[in-house]
Amino acid sequence: MDLQNIFTAIEKTDPEIYERLDTRRSAMKRFANVGKALAMSAVPLALGSMFKKAYGRTPADVLSVLQFALLLEHLESGFYSEAITHTSLFDAAGFAAFTTIANQEAAHVTLIAQTIQALGGTPDPAPAFTYTKNGALPTFTDLATLLTVAQAFEDTGVRAYKGQICNLQENRTVLTIALQIHSVEARHAAHIRTMRGKKGWITQAQNDFSDTDATYAGEDLTVQDGVTITGICTGITADAATEAFEEPLDAATVRTIIAPFINT
Amino acid sequence: MFIRKTRSVAGNGQEEGIAQPSVHRRTFLKYAGMGTAILSAGATLSSCSKDHTDDSGVSLGSGDVSVLNYAYALEQLEAAFYTQVIATPYTDMSPAEATILTDIRNHEIAHREFFKAALGANAIASLEVNFTSIDFTSRTKVLAAAMAFEDLGVSAYNGAGQYISLVKYLEFAGKIVSVEARHAAVIRDLIFAGSFAASTAVDEKGLDKARTPLDVFAIAGRYIKTQINVNTLPH
Repeated sequence: MDLQNIFTAIEKTDPEIYERLDTRRSAMKRFANVGKALAMSAVPLALGSMFKKAYGRTPADVLSVLQFALLLEHLESGFYSEAITHTSLFDAAGFAAFTTIANQEAAHVTLIAQTIQALGGTPDPAPAFTYTKNGALPTFTDLATLLTVAQAFEDTGVRAYKGQICNLQENRTVLTIALQIHSVEARHAAHIRTMRGKKGWITQAQNDFSDTDATYAGEDLTVQDGVTITGICTGITADAATEAFEEPLDAATVRTIIAPFINT
Repeated sequence: MFIRKTRSVAGNGQEEGIAQPSVHRRTFLKYAGMGTAILSAGATLSSCSKDHTDDSGVSLGSGDVSVLNYAYALEQLEAAFYTQVIATPYTDMSPAEATILTDIRNHEIAHREFFKAALGANAIASLEVNFTSIDFTSRTKVLAAAMAFEDLGVSAYNGAGQYISLVKYLEFAGKIVSVEARHAAVIRDLIFAGSFAASTAVDEKGLDKARTPLDVFAIAGRYIKTQINVNTLPH
């Protein structure tokens, strides 16, 4: 193995790598020792620890982000694929929209599973979902409930991806894929919201269904990076300020939100 | 305070480096425990060109500043467009459409002003726009232009995320891009109900578009009168 090549390649991918670490010399020294002392099979592990130091993350973390994304996509894909079997719930436009979304969520499941495999991982199987919260919600018998749950899944999905983007920085390919899925979830969310007669965007932390309030908690920020957005220009009300920026959710919060829809 | 060393600045020779290491990089990724199957998008990074040698025009700065100025330029363009749409409404704009377009105008202005504030002294000046090709009296033309701007904005943020170094700026790109995607979906539905995620926007893998800064400027350039120097944009 040519460690020199690896370092050169890393430098070219990220010229700031040694600012993130300490210096090239000390990085080299560490790896020279690794090469002598450890079997070759240990080198990926050592590289992983270097990533950890440079970015605060390792390739394994990218895999765990992808497994988390896969869980969300299974949740959504399973929901829409079941929903479109209840054809009597829909008018033609609603059925067409749900079919479009169902196909795209299924495509996300496939793509993320393939990406996990490409990175050497094994896609986690889908858990058993209960979209009715074990009979507590008339999800597949009442269109209004169906749309409410759909909106919550989509708006949660957008925030969930947003929360993971920064954990993917060292893998540009996966980062870009996550961004490309994230914006599609936002398109879905906007459409579902308009099917419910709502604005396509989220005002403050407003929600009309108490079961899903957690999905919107914290969406009412009016200060971004120390910049007060409200009143930053004529007409920019607090409503507009909160609509213009969407907030991330961390994985633990998202897991709590979706937990009632999973049978363990 | 926002100036950081750039990852790859055209003209300093670094893009040559990015053009070459596909083999090294593959080796490196293999040892880093990654397969090679998903490298295709990364490999497109190697298609760098050096034909942007003209140094005239407004400089966007380097590194994260250049990416933020790039976003600032696009938000200026969008804000100017919707400001015009609301100032001279097209024939028979419904109250519902006026509400939607006013909301979007306000969001774009908020984005524009945010980037201006975040960039501080590094912000480029206000751009002169050129909308002479858009007939603002026509609903069809205005909504078509709006759709183009929104889909383009989404693809621009999606494509630029990988070039951002500082985590908080990546986070802000994420906070904004989903709003642009919501705009795109709503505008598309106004044009043709149910086209919020049609195949012209979302591919068969369920992915939105991701465009490089140069590709975005190639499309948006016709609406920007001010000459912008794209040399320092990462590509």
